[in-house]
Amino acid sequence: MTFFEFVGQFWPRLLSGTGITVAQFVLAAALGVVISLAAGLMKLSENRIVNGVAVTYIEIFRGTSLLVQLYWIFFVLPLFGITLEKFTAGFVAIALNTGAYGAELVRGGILAVPKGQWEAALAINMSPAKRMWRIILPQALINMLPPWGNLMIEVLKGTALVSLISVTDLMFQAKQINGTTFLSAQVFGAALIIYYILARFLVTPFMRWLERFMARKLGRA
Amino acid sequence: MFDWQWEFVWEILPRLVQATGNTLIAAGAGYAIALVLGLVLALAQRSPSRVLTFLVREFVEFIRSTPLLLQIFFVFYVGPQFGIRLSPWMSGMIAIGLHYSCYLSEVYRGGIESVPRGQWEAATALNMSTMQTYRRIVIPQAIPPALAGLGNYLVGIFKDTPMLSVIGVAELIHTANAIGSENYRFLEPYTMVGLIFLAISLPSAGLIRGFEGYVRRKLGM
Repeated sequence: MTFFEFVGQFWPRLLSGTGITVAQFVLAAALGVVISLAAGLMKLSENRIVNGVAVTYIEIFRGTSLLVQLYWIFFVLPLFGITLEKFTAGFVAIALNTGAYGAELVRGGILAVPKGQWEAALAINMSPAKRMWRIILPQALINMLPPWGNLMIEVLKGTALVSLISVTDLMFQAKQINGTTFLSAQVFGAALIIYYILARFLVTPFMRWLERFMARKLGRA
Repeated sequence: MFDWQWEFVWEILPRLVQATGNTLIAAGAGYAIALVLGLVLALAQRSPSRVLTFLVREFVEFIRSTPLLLQIFFVFYVGPQFGIRLSPWMSGMIAIGLHYSCYLSEVYRGGIESVPRGQWEAATALNMSTMQTYRRIVIPQAIPPALAGLGNYLVGIFKDTPMLSVIGVAELIHTANAIGSENYRFLEPYTMVGLIFLAISLPSAGLIRGFEGYVRRKLGM
């Protein structure tokens, strides 16, 4: 069976898998950004407890594998009375993992904002929350967007792991089709190409657009 | 419900220790492949041939933007379709080595590009061949600035070895899965795997930072 005949026959399943993969990616990325911001700001806090919580979270999630975290959340967390449905467990695990890496980017981005900006905000009597939200964060965002592009590709790649807890994403569909047809080169080849298209022609251009958009918004274009 | 049993932990510990050994061997072997192949890919991207440079560049981008899990399946299942039978270990090492060689090639590239132009010109003035220039002048100077990146990916490859469990390499997660389904207890095996990962990756990250500083001092940088 040639590659095109193969795609012609199996495209509905590949497409539905791609839909789940995109959904997992969007949810994990959105939640990951929120967690990154929270953990990054917490790590900058001078309160020892707040800071300690953030450091512990970041070290645990950066020190272990995403797969271990995913299995732990899906198989062990129910023993503590927190049962997550597999779809939810999937994107939550990826988001928690992403958040730990993203927190370091947030922290680095904030620290790279010139000291004068902090002083100027203080001088015009802004409250700490307002200063962070209106002055520091927007500039920090510009500093950290380029590495965020790479992290988003890692999020997309991470979504493939949710197939191992039976979320019917692209990877899962590919495995299933392979199991029934044994057309490994065709099915895995098609899946590789779909992931590549998602990464190269959707995620990366979107992040580039976001960089330009933010730069324009801050008058730095 | 939640009840941690120490006897069970002691019972499974020997198997987990053995699996830790396998994990470390897999990470080490994969890294060795990646170190060599990564340098080849980095040098190929600097070749005078435009076509070769373009092809290698696209290849690196492709591998970097598709999931490792899918690549592992691809290597393991596509070989037999064309009459090449690879053991799980063999295909795992090829997939993970190839994946990380693309990341390492970027690290090498950064290191090589940081060598000042004058060094090249001086080597030419001394009538050194291209090979000699790379081997004796450029690469020794390109490695120290690249060490931090190289070290981070060693920890990265270690954390990605659990994906090899899907094709039956008996590393930590594979063993934990087996123990879990034999005894219907997932709490201890998965938690222990997480702790083992932390116990190895956190000190390694520290050691790598120390080693980087040591090399820099030795080279008077």
